[in-house]
Amino acid sequence: MSPQRLLFDIAKKYFTTGIVCLTISDRYASFTAVRGSSMSPTFNPHTDSTTGISFDDYVLVEKFCLLKYKFSRGDVVVFRSPSNYKEKNIKRIVGLPGDWIDLPSLDTVRVPEGHCWVVGDNSACSLDSRSFGPIPLGLICGRVTHTVWPPHRIGGLNSRTHALP
Amino acid sequence: MRAPKLLQQYALQWKSAAKDVLSHSVLFAQFISLLHITDTYICSPTLVYGPSMLPTLNFTGDVLLVDKLSPLLGKVGNGDVVLVRSPENPRKSITKRIVGVEGDTVTFLVDSGRSVRSNSVVVPKGHVWIQGDNIYASNDSRHFGPVPYGLVLGKVFCRVWPPEEFGPLRQ
Repeated sequence: MSPQRLLFDIAKKYFTTGIVCLTISDRYASFTAVRGSSMSPTFNPHTDSTTGISFDDYVLVEKFCLLKYKFSRGDVVVFRSPSNYKEKNIKRIVGLPGDWIDLPSLDTVRVPEGHCWVVGDNSACSLDSRSFGPIPLGLICGRVTHTVWPPHRIGGLNSRTHALP
Repeated sequence: MRAPKLLQQYALQWKSAAKDVLSHSVLFAQFISLLHITDTYICSPTLVYGPSMLPTLNFTGDVLLVDKLSPLLGKVGNGDVVLVRSPENPRKSITKRIVGVEGDTVTFLVDSGRSVRSNSVVVPKGHVWIQGDNIYASNDSRHFGPVPYGLVLGKVFCRVWPPEEFGPLRQ
């Protein structure tokens, strides 16, 4: 076998594996790292530990919910940031279309049709709907179902309904 | 003496059949993946109908080719006809023209056809202002405000149906 042929075969193998993996991660499920402490009790609980080194949590994101766009309160979702399309954030849905949301500034807003209200679990340091308002459901690109890393916290996610501050 | 031989034969048959099935399913998976990649990252056809883009697109329905690569690279600007996931219903997508990108000041008629009162807004960061070409019958940014750039699905670059109007769109 000539070296060109061998190289071509290897490249072809890598290419096909790549597209199959990309399809699976686009349509069915994928893994993502959680950065930052905005979801602190649920993911990355010890970001300010004494060692100073913090490891990101890895989570399993399922994409089947994108066929119907049916979500419930308490789901943790991955969505594109409305102010920067290249960034992805992870937050918890607390309000669905038609809900009334009480803000700390004594305001009550209604979530419009096709939008949802997302809030981080660590409300002290989280950039969420309280600063940029409700987000369109179309920006959501997956629902977090399991934590897969670190090993001692492997398991499903409890979809508790988060109490508003 | 006969039984083990027969068994061996069966096993061989099964093995070859399994190999066949496996290779076929792998080929099928590759084909589906290639189709998916082309559809989500390169280009895909869409059927568009409705009155909102009337001078440019027909009321009864056009088939358009949508380029999915440009929004991923951030190469969508003023004047482009884009396919946008509707902010009001995520299962629907709408076709509109981009009138303003982030930082632009857009002036529009609040109630076109009934009054001449106009309003101007600055498009916030990471958003685009979309409007239909037929301002009298279009549900667009004048109604639901600027839309996040992440909702832009693709840029329309070519019309395939009806065949007499085949070719790139008018700007």
